Amino acid sequence: MQNPLPSKLQSLLLSSEVCPDGHVEMKVERSHLLEVLKGLRDDPACSCNLLADICGVDYPDREQRFEAVYHLGNLDSGQRYRVRVGLAEDDAVLPSAYSLWPAADWFEREAWDMMGIQFEGHPNMKRILTHEAFQGHPLRKDYDASQRCLMTEDDLMVPDWAKEDQASADDFETQILNIGPSHPATHGTLRTVVRLDGEVIDRAECEIGYLHRCFEKMSETHGWNQVIPYTDRLNYCSSMINGVGFALTVEKMLGIEAPPRAQAIRVILSEFSRLMDHAVCLGANLVDLGALTNFWYFFQPREEIYGLLESCAGGRLTVSYARVGGLSHDVPPDFEERCRRLLKEIPPFLDDVDKLVTTNRIFRDRTEGVGKMTAEEAIAWGWTGPCLRASGVPYDVRKAAPYMGYENYDFDVPIATTGDTYARYLVRMEEMRQSLRIIEQALDQMPEGPIITGDHHVALPPKARVYSEMESLIWHFKLVFDGIHVPKGSAYGFTEGANGELGYYVVSDGGGQPYRVKVRPPCFAIFQAFPHLIEGHMVPDLIAIMGSLNIIAGELDR
Amino acid sequence: MMKDVPTVNVDRPPSSLLERIYLGPIFSGLGVTLRHFLRNLFGKKDIATIEYPEVKRQYSERLRGRHILTTRDNGKLRCVACYMCETACPAHCIHIVAEENPGEEVAHEKVPRIYEIDLLRCVYCGYCVDACPEEAIIMSRTHEMAFSDRDEAVIGIEELRQKGPIEEADIGYRPYF
Repeated sequence: MQNPLPSKLQSLLLSSEVCPDGHVEMKVERSHLLEVLKGLRDDPACSCNLLADICGVDYPDREQRFEAVYHLGNLDSGQRYRVRVGLAEDDAVLPSAYSLWPAADWFEREAWDMMGIQFEGHPNMKRILTHEAFQGHPLRKDYDASQRCLMTEDDLMVPDWAKEDQASADDFETQILNIGPSHPATHGTLRTVVRLDGEVIDRAECEIGYLHRCFEKMSETHGWNQVIPYTDRLNYCSSMINGVGFALTVEKMLGIEAPPRAQAIRVILSEFSRLMDHAVCLGANLVDLGALTNFWYFFQPREEIYGLLESCAGGRLTVSYARVGGLSHDVPPDFEERCRRLLKEIPPFLDDVDKLVTTNRIFRDRTEGVGKMTAEEAIAWGWTGPCLRASGVPYDVRKAAPYMGYENYDFDVPIATTGDTYARYLVRMEEMRQSLRIIEQALDQMPEGPIITGDHHVALPPKARVYSEMESLIWHFKLVFDGIHVPKGSAYGFTEGANGELGYYVVSDGGGQPYRVKVRPPCFAIFQAFPHLIEGHMVPDLIAIMGSLNIIAGELDR
Repeated sequence: MMKDVPTVNVDRPPSSLLERIYLGPIFSGLGVTLRHFLRNLFGKKDIATIEYPEVKRQYSERLRGRHILTTRDNGKLRCVACYMCETACPAHCIHIVAEENPGEEVAHEKVPRIYEIDLLRCVYCGYCVDACPEEAIIMSRTHEMAFSDRDEAVIGIEELRQKGPIEEADIGYRPYF
């Protein structure tokens, strides 16, 4: 494939190449970083409108110890770019990309918190996932994960602007209100500090990290397949999608593909999971707005889907069903019948919810025009998924960069143009119906055959052969003790999670464990725009907006 | 490329007069809840809630619950203390100490002296079952467990050992052929 970079940009780079997966990768000096990023954004040949992720990687043996990796994308062409910049340990400072994409806001804060890379010119360079008084940068290789850090400071982060009262225009004092972290309407440990002028929010800031579980650090000490149970706990409302996304990324690095039957099963269960995720999001959102009945109508099919997942994988919430190269087991004999029954049973519930709220004026009045996001703003903030589509951008990874055979299924991408809370509700409702369409086609086309690759360097041999053949037993032992050996290198794999683009940037040093795993959680990018989204709205609107964004603390904080 | 994507626009027109005066949607909404109410009262009772704990949900035979250490016909553990499950465990909740099997046949010269699972650390992923080359560890469908302190959650060989014939145990996740 030809290098699509314009020559003006190429002269600024140290090197550039096109990776086997079509992503364009370039190395750049720090002094040229901003110029290159700006060029990638503004040059018509690239026009990267999405800053997907910023990831720090630590290579203690290199002269330039740290590497920052920027993941960029052009949503129109689907082309992906990666910019790498090396940094010396005593001078780990980069210019902030916040002025180019506001999406850099939290991603840069995370790189500072986890890896200790400073960003000059960032408006709010603070820790994000750990406590303000935390010592050290946990994802550095020399950080001992077993050490404990005792916190004696006050628990609460108070933004500077919230420390003093300000007189508002009508001479009344403003009030600081703390929403969360344990508030029934935040559905997760999310904290928002708001300054109220009357009942109108005039400034806000979020604090996250209450559910940080060191997922990325732990991945570095676990085998490739052992990471999968951990991915279940990212977006726990649709755990299947996370495991599949991780397995696909590792498969990409190994250069293998799961057998067609495994792909079809992954598609079916992923789409059911997406449906469940949307049902939880909308159900909870509607409960917060006072419409409780819908919650029950959504949770009834969800319960049946959990039953289906359990009959395949053995677990309801944390399925751990995907494996690198396929799936752990074949589906039970009554799988197709159960799926078809669900396909029949689910639409009436969606219709019921439709009839209860979609045209209801109380609901429309509370959601229309609330939390409005234009398409340009949404892309600049790094939004993906249903929230972006509600702003009118038909970007869906399943269409833009099809994986697992999504190109063979006929489905539409629902979009709305108003970008408000009501639009996000409508998009999610339609997406559930589209998911059902995909499942039906996948069931019709489901091939027979193995459910995991036959490569004994990757997949455990079938148990019958382990018990009876010496050779298989040896492979079994080798795989369990040594793990899969993924070739040295790195890859960015991205799938359409329930909330948007779920990316895994994985680095391998050729060993049996990942060298670095960076998750790009879709709601991380979405939630960083939240303070701007609620300014000018009232407190009850904040609840409505937060519910419609579907922030899952598990993947937000990792 | 994004322009070629088949889309469906879900924008809704402004509310009609009937919708603006609240009445239409409210009556159709009432119709929905009334239909569910009458159906559950007189017709097909498709009530999703169950009277737990008197009634319990039926789980599949793959449910990953508390572990069982299986035994051979002579009542001894099948486990050969090969440490595969301990290695495969992502939660590091299995602890094995091996010893020589006194006076046994050559095929099973190693046995576990200590085999402990910390049920509070366990994430019930089933990787130990996948890793076992002897079918010595399988999972039951026991998933309701309560402990009064943390030490109680660490269970050893005696608690884990299979009780009675395997057919009578409430077995869950195990190797499939």
